[in-house]
Amino acid sequence: MLASLRINWFILRTCVEERLVYRGDFVFATLVRFLPIVTQVFLWGAIYQSAASATLNGYSYGDMVAYYLMAMVGRAFSSMPGLSTGIAQSVRDGSVKKYLTQPIDMLGYLFWHRIAHKLVYFTMATGPFIFVFWLCRDYLPGWPDGWTIAGWGLSLVMAFLVGFLLESLIGLVAFWWLEVSSLVFIYMMINYFLSGHMIPLDWLGGFGEWIIYLPFKYLAYVPATILLGKYTHVELAQELAIEFGWVIVLLIANRIAFNRGVRRYGAFGG
Amino acid sequence: MLAIDVRNLTKTYTVYQKREGLLASVKGLFRREFKQVHAVEKVSFEIERGEMLAFLGPNGAGKTTTLKLLAGLIHPTSGTATVLDHVPWHRENAYRRRFSLVMGQKNQLWWDLPAQESFRLHQEIYRIPPDDFRRRVDELTSLLEVKRLVGQPVRELSLGERMRMELIAALLHSPDVLLLDEPTIGLDVVSQRRVQEFLRKYQTERQLTVVLTSHYMKDVEALCERALIINHGEIKHDGPIAEIVDRFSQHKIVDIQFGGSDWPNNLERFGTVVNATRPRLKIAVPRQKIPQILSELLENYQVEDVGVQDRPLEEVIAEVFESEPNSARGVDAATPDIDR
Repeated sequence: MLASLRINWFILRTCVEERLVYRGDFVFATLVRFLPIVTQVFLWGAIYQSAASATLNGYSYGDMVAYYLMAMVGRAFSSMPGLSTGIAQSVRDGSVKKYLTQPIDMLGYLFWHRIAHKLVYFTMATGPFIFVFWLCRDYLPGWPDGWTIAGWGLSLVMAFLVGFLLESLIGLVAFWWLEVSSLVFIYMMINYFLSGHMIPLDWLGGFGEWIIYLPFKYLAYVPATILLGKYTHVELAQELAIEFGWVIVLLIANRIAFNRGVRRYGAFGG
Repeated sequence: MLAIDVRNLTKTYTVYQKREGLLASVKGLFRREFKQVHAVEKVSFEIERGEMLAFLGPNGAGKTTTLKLLAGLIHPTSGTATVLDHVPWHRENAYRRRFSLVMGQKNQLWWDLPAQESFRLHQEIYRIPPDDFRRRVDELTSLLEVKRLVGQPVRELSLGERMRMELIAALLHSPDVLLLDEPTIGLDVVSQRRVQEFLRKYQTERQLTVVLTSHYMKDVEALCERALIINHGEIKHDGPIAEIVDRFSQHKIVDIQFGGSDWPNNLERFGTVVNATRPRLKIAVPRQKIPQILSELLENYQVEDVGVQDRPLEEVIAEVFESEPNSARGVDAATPDIDR
């Protein structure tokens, strides 16, 4: 157990070091990521200005800005750029062999690798995030009670897990298809819509009824609406329990896909 | 004591057969033709602990596939194999701690970080005690003459330096079995020699079991006593390297230097001319005819120097490969999709 923790710590440490190699590219990419947030806030402003009513589907402009910012916090945890395509690439070019011949678990390794990415990202992004939140402070509701904040924290951690497991699962499809870029494209499209990134899911009405049974809402919508105080404590506990269930289901699916994929693996490309 | 025991190991791939042209590509969306390719077919061999074995064969012969099977990277279609009493494709950690696979064309080190960072990670992954780790890094970097380079990002190293770092990473945990796939590919002569010398010394000292595939016969002749020739997935020879020439070559090279202006006419009557540049003649002669041809030449011409040599190993092996038609197993063995 202790040895395993030490290995994970070293993987984490080495990944952080690797992440910091290309400083210019990294800083630029981190800062530029805020541009879509700002443009989206302006877009919603334009939409509300031209709307006949001050509220749309129960959301005022302030509510929408607050929701969008909170959804972005969720996305900062759940988005996994390059994970699926990275796995597929390593299957295609044969570099996956290092995970298969060394006494390490590939999914565990990629998990710690991703945590390292997120840690470095948060270190860089916290300042700009706080600045954007400060600019929009008039639209944000007050802090909820301690249980809700704790539930929100838990939902963000699980948003990371759900996001990681969904994308790694897509990446593992490469053991069968070799190329998954189309699948990733479709996933990104679905994710943008069904996670609540584009619009709050309660805007979808009847269509949204079946969406709530999918894991995507935990990537942005649920963390955002928890902090906006849309759940009672009982509902919050239920949502977190279901989200945990999805983590387990996706973890099992990943393990099955990995074991079957490795059995099928042809080790093409040297 | 056996280190590797392989029995009737077979690996068959099902490969999509893409026909030429756009129409065929469109048709391929709806209906595809597949073909079975036997990358390795009923291969059996044993390797003793501490032995160094060369695996020889042309591209696509099945060498790398066999190494991948032994490393547990792929599952066989049929047959069995045990390495250090482990079934490789079960990929138990206990097994993975005892072997290393080095592929000359693949990089295992972190590309953007200095090699020492990868070594540290290996130390943790393989649970190498700190004292052993320090001693081994020191020893291996000295032997391979890369001590001053361990702090430099891997991407900035030359191919030869990188390969030496790969070898260090592969040997840090003191594996009992080392699988080397083309370890000197693309290296210059100096780097090739350094790697060869290191492997010979290290293997002798540690009694490491090594399986080596290489297209460079110099690697093979310098390092291994036993060779296994594989072609079209089947074993054609398993025995001492010295026997290969005797077994597969019916000819020897007679090298004569004539004196004065002597030079025989109609050279072909002696054998196949390899090189004829006055006053020197090199000719491939059937073994049984050597005494007769030598006496004829010595009696009739002024000869200053004469020698009889075996044909180069490389040439003999190339001839063995060329003599095997591709359709030997009823399937087309040339499948560029698969790097076997």
